[in-house]
Amino acid sequence: MHMADALLAPAVAAAMYVASGTAAGTSIHTLRKDEQAPSVPTMAVTSALVFAGQMINFTIPGTGSSGHICGGMLLSALLGPQAGFLSMIVILAIQCLFFADGGLMALGANVWNMAFYGCFVGYYLIWRPIMRSSMFSSKGENAATRAKIVLAAILGCIITLQLGAFSVVIETQLSGITELPFGAFAALMQPIHLAIGLVEGIVTAAVLVFVYNSRPELVREAKAAPGSGKRSVKTVVVIIAAAALVIGGGLSLFASSNPDGLEWALFGNAEEGYSENMGLDEDDFGVSSSVADKAGEIQEATSFLPDYAFAGSDSAAGTSVSGIVGSAIVAGIALAICAAFGFRKKQKKA
Amino acid sequence: MSEISGQLTQLRQTDSLSSGNSAIHRLHPLAKLVVTIVYIVCTVSFGKYEFSGLVPMVLYPVLLFQITGIPFAAFIKKMRYVLPLVCAIGLFNPLFDKDPLIVLGGLVISGGTVSLITLVIKGILCLSASFLLIATTPFDDICRALRIVRVPSLIVSLMMLTYRYVAVLIGEASVMTDAYKLRAPGQKGIEFKAWGAFLGQLLLRSMDKADRIYGGMQLRGFDGSFSFASLRKARLSDWLYAIILSAVFILLLRFDLSELIGSLFV
Repeated sequence: MHMADALLAPAVAAAMYVASGTAAGTSIHTLRKDEQAPSVPTMAVTSALVFAGQMINFTIPGTGSSGHICGGMLLSALLGPQAGFLSMIVILAIQCLFFADGGLMALGANVWNMAFYGCFVGYYLIWRPIMRSSMFSSKGENAATRAKIVLAAILGCIITLQLGAFSVVIETQLSGITELPFGAFAALMQPIHLAIGLVEGIVTAAVLVFVYNSRPELVREAKAAPGSGKRSVKTVVVIIAAAALVIGGGLSLFASSNPDGLEWALFGNAEEGYSENMGLDEDDFGVSSSVADKAGEIQEATSFLPDYAFAGSDSAAGTSVSGIVGSAIVAGIALAICAAFGFRKKQKKA
Repeated sequence: MSEISGQLTQLRQTDSLSSGNSAIHRLHPLAKLVVTIVYIVCTVSFGKYEFSGLVPMVLYPVLLFQITGIPFAAFIKKMRYVLPLVCAIGLFNPLFDKDPLIVLGGLVISGGTVSLITLVIKGILCLSASFLLIATTPFDDICRALRIVRVPSLIVSLMMLTYRYVAVLIGEASVMTDAYKLRAPGQKGIEFKAWGAFLGQLLLRSMDKADRIYGGMQLRGFDGSFSFASLRKARLSDWLYAIILSAVFILLLRFDLSELIGSLFV
């Protein structure tokens, strides 16, 4: 699910950097105050383990394919959400630098899609409420905890992966990269990640149950008294149902015959008068205000967010014959540079 | 050789490339970091049909590969992660955007085809810029440059330590997978029954290892934050490199060089 630089517009990438940066800043602040926070080497070694663990293939019984562990859920269950989040940032940064998985500019978006949901949403809304609930209490303490770990890990992986995949769809659409309609793109991404989430959840659950059996103190909330949670299981169910609705809503756009799902979601779907009430202008396709106009001018001037031109319009650059001839000449220059350096190297060797 | 040990080789290869001694290797890491970021931002800022404007951006990686002597083959391997996703998303463009954009004699090229090609080139160029940064700058130097731009020390320390242990743990995981494979010939991956124990064992051992490391560090006076050896001061050449290249990229984004050159001949 790693986004590449090319799939993001700079403005979207910057917004995602700000969002992930804020979450990282808050995490560091919380960890500094926390006496029980895991030590830096523990975080480092655990993230290195997740890094290596993601390279191991686990065979899915009955199929020829294989799955991997889900880093976000595993790290937050072992280290807590804040330390888990920082560890995930580091994993994603090293993956993008050394293994070219992701990109420097897309790092903010990748951190949000994979680390934020996996660690914070996964921990606070799924892991902790389930671990503190009195579910499975008829089975005896250890068996109940194991069952809760399995349930929390599988649900956590599925839901956080769905959220991450949905964010990828939104970010790519906002960047104007794909011609694929919003609904169709979501309908492609979500089911694939449902399957991946299920497999990742089972692998993560297996690892966490093993750790719980041998060293229960390492698993967060494993020793929480049943029924001690602030949120009841009912609340958890409501939250999960709400998340499912949001994602289901995205999928249902697929059914729409309108080619642009985002546009449809903004205008077509709303009640009459919705656009006016919300200050939306269908002609301008956005909020019209003097600030917005000014922002538009600045954007035009800096042009870091490209003005996506359409075929046939004046600004569809690079379509002329001179553009093609020029491109060929530049490519020739590039080849000449390679040849010149190759010639110099040969001369040096001789 | 298993896939995991292949990854380890790749990590070591990038590491050894970064200890080279070309003019680019000797530049200040912050200058290289700034140039890389400006290059990536400019590259992705080209519009989806601005194919000819994008082409001159190829010159930067081409020049850098030549100056540094980094083998191009080392980069090709890196493309296998990112390119499939970029292609998969771009592949739909020719299906949805069929308006003819370029007509060359009898050949009609649709807008979707141009935007697919532009997207793939952007993907390759951004990847090459990041690769050239890491292949010409030791990881510790990148971390120090991150400290200069005020990235929190906890994240930078964590990056440096994790990077050290990634190699150790990939090595251990590789030995374990090889041992497992030898005992389970013809089986692909780890079977269901062993899922928890396989990684769980490694996890427990690693966490114990982390405790011992932390104890060792505390005995040597570790107080929670690393002190970084400061980098050398930026020279005039570093400043010039960063400013001139950034300016060139921004100019290339504003003015279509291919179009200008082409108009001289056509």
